[in-house]
Amino acid sequence: MTFDLVANVVIAGFLTGLVYGLMALGLSVIFGVVRVVNFAHGEMMTIAMFAAVALFSAWGIDPFVALVPIAVAFFVLGYLLQASLINPFITRPEHSQFMLLVAVAIIIVNALLMAFGPNARNVQVDYQLESIELGPLLIDVARLYAALTAVVTAAGLFAFFRFSLLGKAIRACADNHLGAQVVGLDVKRLYALTFGLGSVCVAVAGCMMVLLVDVNPLLGPYYTLLAFVIVIVGGMGSMGGALLGGVLIGMSEAVAGLFITPSAKSMVSFALLVVVLIFRPQGLLGRSPR
Amino acid sequence: MMLPPSASPGLASALNKRGVALLAVLALVLVALPWFASSYVLSLAIVILYFAYTGQAWNVMMGFCGQLSLGHSLYVGVGGYAAAALFVHFGIGPWLGVWAAMGACMAFGAVIGALAFRFGIGGVYFALLTIAFAEFTRIGFDHWEWLGASGGFFLPVAQREFNDPFNLRGSGRMFYYLLLALDVLAFAFCTWLLRTRIGYYWQAIREDPEAAQALGVNTFRYKMLAVLISSAMTSLAGVFFAFYYNNLFPEQIFNMGRSIEIILGPIIGGLGTLFGPILGAAMLTVLADGITEALRMVGLEIPGVKQVFYGLCLLAVVIYLPQGIWPALAKRLGIGPRDGHRQ
Amino acid sequence: MSEAALLSIRSVSRRFRGLSAVDNVSFDVPPGHIVALIGPNGAGKTTLFNLVSGALTPDSGDIVFAGRSIAGFRPDQVCAAGIGRTFQLVKPFAGLSVLDNVLVGALHHTTRVASARQKALAILERLSLADRCHVPAAALTLPDRKRLEVARALATEPKLLLLDEVMAGLRPTETDQMVEVFRRLNREQGLTILLIEHVMRAVMALSREIHVLNHGELIASGAPEDVVRNPHVLECYLGEESAV
Repeated sequence: MTFDLVANVVIAGFLTGLVYGLMALGLSVIFGVVRVVNFAHGEMMTIAMFAAVALFSAWGIDPFVALVPIAVAFFVLGYLLQASLINPFITRPEHSQFMLLVAVAIIIVNALLMAFGPNARNVQVDYQLESIELGPLLIDVARLYAALTAVVTAAGLFAFFRFSLLGKAIRACADNHLGAQVVGLDVKRLYALTFGLGSVCVAVAGCMMVLLVDVNPLLGPYYTLLAFVIVIVGGMGSMGGALLGGVLIGMSEAVAGLFITPSAKSMVSFALLVVVLIFRPQGLLGRSPR
Repeated sequence: MMLPPSASPGLASALNKRGVALLAVLALVLVALPWFASSYVLSLAIVILYFAYTGQAWNVMMGFCGQLSLGHSLYVGVGGYAAAALFVHFGIGPWLGVWAAMGACMAFGAVIGALAFRFGIGGVYFALLTIAFAEFTRIGFDHWEWLGASGGFFLPVAQREFNDPFNLRGSGRMFYYLLLALDVLAFAFCTWLLRTRIGYYWQAIREDPEAAQALGVNTFRYKMLAVLISSAMTSLAGVFFAFYYNNLFPEQIFNMGRSIEIILGPIIGGLGTLFGPILGAAMLTVLADGITEALRMVGLEIPGVKQVFYGLCLLAVVIYLPQGIWPALAKRLGIGPRDGHRQ
Repeated sequence: MSEAALLSIRSVSRRFRGLSAVDNVSFDVPPGHIVALIGPNGAGKTTLFNLVSGALTPDSGDIVFAGRSIAGFRPDQVCAAGIGRTFQLVKPFAGLSVLDNVLVGALHHTTRVASARQKALAILERLSLADRCHVPAAALTLPDRKRLEVARALATEPKLLLLDEVMAGLRPTETDQMVEVFRRLNREQGLTILLIEHVMRAVMALSREIHVLNHGELIASGAPEDVVRNPHVLECYLGEESAV
């Protein structure tokens, strides 16, 4: 167990964690604004991953390119999903929403199973085999670019919420639903827009993820759980928290995979979830409750 | 969740005369079933009874007390492994092993409950906690060599010719009656529970925990009770599973898909009702199997069709029939409660 | 000669992130009295109720009930000590029937369900809700929900009843009916009542003493006739000019 090995594993975990963070960011945005517990989040990511695989195997389109049409498609789908199916459930109790999305998740996983079968699929591009040398460190090019894309997308989302009028309107809705309606904001449309944006995060994260792991339909529930763990650890409703949580989970999983066994890596994530829920339920960067 | 109907005092007012008559006929059919059904129908009936039972056990926690557990497969697994381990490693029969199973499950439930309720973790966060525990345990068992790890844990292959109820080795018929008895007991137990102070306090907590507290209900104590009872009941399903199928794999038995299967019956049938879990389990199993059979006859064997069907059913119920199918059905068939009680 | 107070609020304070919701409030509620707590919105009245009922813990000060300190008790412990409360925004058990709602309250002292049910029915009779005892609580109108809330709290056999704006939204005739119910309970059972109220009609009809809260502070106490003419009180409700 050399220092080099551990360092490389940690860096790889960090970079993967940024992609996880983008996925979780989508969930955080959706939950923070629309207050919907998107239990189909990981399943949506799996759709994106399969879409990237399909585009690659059919027409050789690189995931970095495919992410554009896929992101657009996901925006539309997310928008429609919220506006048509989920919107009436906003006023219903949490459990109700949960069940609705559990149903959607089940349908997605098994529809993918029917369409693609249970076997793992992936994307094979040449630059996946390249790496950059930084002294003793060996960084995968694909992983680096994926992480960079994730960061750029997240930054774009930050900027949107911070500086654009639409973004501010959405934040107003999140802060005060009734107040937003009173000042004349079309809350329903803004919610749909937010869900669309959250879906875009998922789409981009999925396209990036497919460069790093093999995908199979049963990965969906695992990613959903991971997204929730990250958001809770990082802080519900905190965008920075999602990325921070993602990086933490990515690194701890990588280290756990190295020191325990690879199949046990998610045990660390769950242990972290329990610890956070007990000692700091608002997460690392979340707002403290009264 | 959607407003579960009020529990009325007991079975007698849950059904009117017509309903009771129907129930009697159903009871007769169930008892006589193994004598005229094919082995295929028998195994299907066992699946229905199994999910009716686990659904009933889960319903205690969610339908009665309002605590959403999405990791109930944890108790099935722990219960099954506990009894199986005692049988295989120490030769201790299942009728004793069942106590260890219940104890182990109640211990897990106590930990989850203590963590969650002490620290005010509820709703969705609680559900996620239960999922995390189930997953954590799954991975743990995957690496536990003494219990076979991921390769699986096996009970000695059972002969099905003659019955040895003491060691739960025997024909499908024996298992059927065992499960039927378990279902009846669970049903009676739940009916009784709802009529007691515990039952009313649970429902108060489900409806409005703050108001319940203001009326003197110690919510921590009663929520814990719900978790303990539900986990103990579910453990029995695990014991049954272990001795009926004779093999246990962590990947399968602790699987989150299993947890979801457990909750489908009660939600679709009717949360918080007594007949809901049974109705839901029966409908889902029969319809799903029907679809699989129909496809097979056309020559198609597509993995995932059954689950898509489950998902669509759940979706339909959540959107259009939030109370579940039982309340609407009872009204339609005119077998519902008297006096406008809702059951 | 002063009677020992049933409820004694002693220098109780509670802050929320720097804002003083309740600031050094002290007053007593003698047994068998009906006492009103009034003040503009946001004055801290419901916060005070929450402090007494155990939903919140005081930052400083003490709350003594029947000679025992109950500050820091859980809400269910406060109920066990003998205090019942209603909520400003009613919280019925929506999925349960009217009878079952009150039954839950009655089960506090009567553990046998059948007897508790009899008790619950009797209380519903007093509050004119018995004819609707099998109706699901979700189907009730607001005035009926308020009565249900009161019935439920009464079922726990409290020595002190905290009423949080139960008259809000009631028509004058309904208000008078409620006033009569409380008067009778006070007279016949010696029930002590502390009520938060904006409906002055009820306040004047019921209370023996009134305490006035503004910005978390107690600014006036005394008999109803005196309090309503107190310049400080008028000022806090109507603005500075009215005090002149």
